[in-house]
Amino acid sequence: MGIVSPGFRRRRRDDDVQLPPGQYLTEDFPVLSAGPTPNIPLDRWEFVIASETGQEYRWTWDELQELPAEEPTVDIHCVTKWSKLGTSWRGVSLDLLMEDVETTADYALAHSYGGYTTNLPLEDLLDGKAWIVYEYEGSELAPQHGGPARLLVPHLYFWKSAKWVRGLQLQEFDELGFWESVGYHDYGDPWREQRYAGD
Amino acid sequence: MSPRLEWRVATLAGVRQETPTALTLLLDVPGWPGHVPGQHVDVRLTDEDGYSTQRSYSLAAPADGDRVELTVQRVKGGEVSEYLTDTFSVGDPVELRGPVGGWFVWHPSRTAPVLLVAGGSGIVPLMAMIRARRQARSRAPFRLIHSVRSPSDQYYASELRRATRDEGGLDIATVYTRSAPTGSARPPRRIGPADLELYGWPPQFEPTCYVCGPTGFVEKVANTLVGLGHDPRRIRTERFGPTGD
Ligand SMILES: Cc1cc2nc3c(=O)[nH]c(=O)nc-3n(C[C@H](O)[C@H](O)[C@H](O)COP(=O)(O)OP(=O)(O)OC[C@H]3O[C@@H](n4cnc5c(N)ncnc54)[C@H](O)[C@@H]3O)c2cc1C
Repeated sequence: MGIVSPGFRRRRRDDDVQLPPGQYLTEDFPVLSAGPTPNIPLDRWEFVIASETGQEYRWTWDELQELPAEEPTVDIHCVTKWSKLGTSWRGVSLDLLMEDVETTADYALAHSYGGYTTNLPLEDLLDGKAWIVYEYEGSELAPQHGGPARLLVPHLYFWKSAKWVRGLQLQEFDELGFWESVGYHDYGDPWREQRYAGD
Repeated sequence: MSPRLEWRVATLAGVRQETPTALTLLLDVPGWPGHVPGQHVDVRLTDEDGYSTQRSYSLAAPADGDRVELTVQRVKGGEVSEYLTDTFSVGDPVELRGPVGGWFVWHPSRTAPVLLVAGGSGIVPLMAMIRARRQARSRAPFRLIHSVRSPSDQYYASELRRATRDEGGLDIATVYTRSAPTGSARPPRRIGPADLELYGWPPQFEPTCYVCGPTGFVEKVANTLVGLGHDPRRIRTERFGPTGD
């Protein structure tokens, strides 16, 4: 437990909700990105899952829209300490996208337009735990929040929910992504406060 | 496996008032491992009931033994920033851990031109870069564009004035969003493409651009730089918070 800060008094009253350690509640939707927001024309957009054998599975924007959508309402937790509760999204479950993919890989490296990457165990993308989303709170997903489409993996810190997602590379080994290779945690479970490497 | 970043107990050794609402905290952190300009720390406050909360603050100066500097802008009603600027006193302890972040950093061995664009307190990590440049006697061409509300909101004003006079290759421009000094040719307004063209580097010089400040500011400046022809891969951003100028 931390040492007491002399004279510090709690201002925020988030006690009716259970937040991961070190997180505070926000009503805004702050933004965290390493660089500028890319501009991605929909007629050139595609999402590609590449298996460890090199086989590729592709969806254009229109094809993605035609797939049955889900509307998850989830809590999100950013490593910069804010949490936002009850956010609602619309998109396609990764279970559906992975349905016909032949793989024995254990890991996925998500790639984004603009060059961003993040790594996850493949099992964290399956069983109703992850989506490719293109709507937020009933409107199309704004570019600064990852539009046209982003990965949504709400049980991990939000940097794992790659904005501007372009594809998944499935592989047998764990390859560190962008933030993971500059000191952030490999897995990023907010409930175990896995912010930084070694946590 | 990297070692865990441990919580350390720092002691406030002194303060410097930077603006009417921003304070630099001089902290002694025994065993501080050192850091690279641009990195930040996490600060943790705990009350008597055991409630604790964390925020990030950028390191304002390069590593100097056990001494670490943070500059905190007081946010009205802010749980942590009001404590740090109003209540926290010399001799008091505070917990912090770091350094954190290995992307929004500048290594003094780099020689490529650098463009720094700051909105308000977003200057803090960029000031660490300017100070590291001086310390390393680097000649890397540096330009800083600082957007502030009014002349009284200028951080590090006298140090930056001295730096432009004494340090070759460092240019500094201040743009005002609410009120400009009397006699200034530019009317107060938000930063725009003309400011970034006039005070920045042409994209052909291939500068590394560091943009820091409130989310909206960073979003706008980064997009404008891309629009002016800067390669997005050379633009690094750090967003401090939801609102602000
Ligand atoms: C990587 C990183 C580095 C940072 N470095 C610095 C730094 O060097 N100096 C510094 O002063 N701050 C810095 N910040 C911001 C800092 O972490 C806090 O968010 C800020 O001090 C407000 O915290 P608070 O507890 O006072 O306000 P809170 O109690 O969290 O919020 C109170 C109100 O203020 C609003 N608010 C929250 N943050 C800001 C903000 N940044 N600007 C304006 N309004 C806000 C909230 O929406 C809320 O309505 C940094 C943030 C990040 C993510």
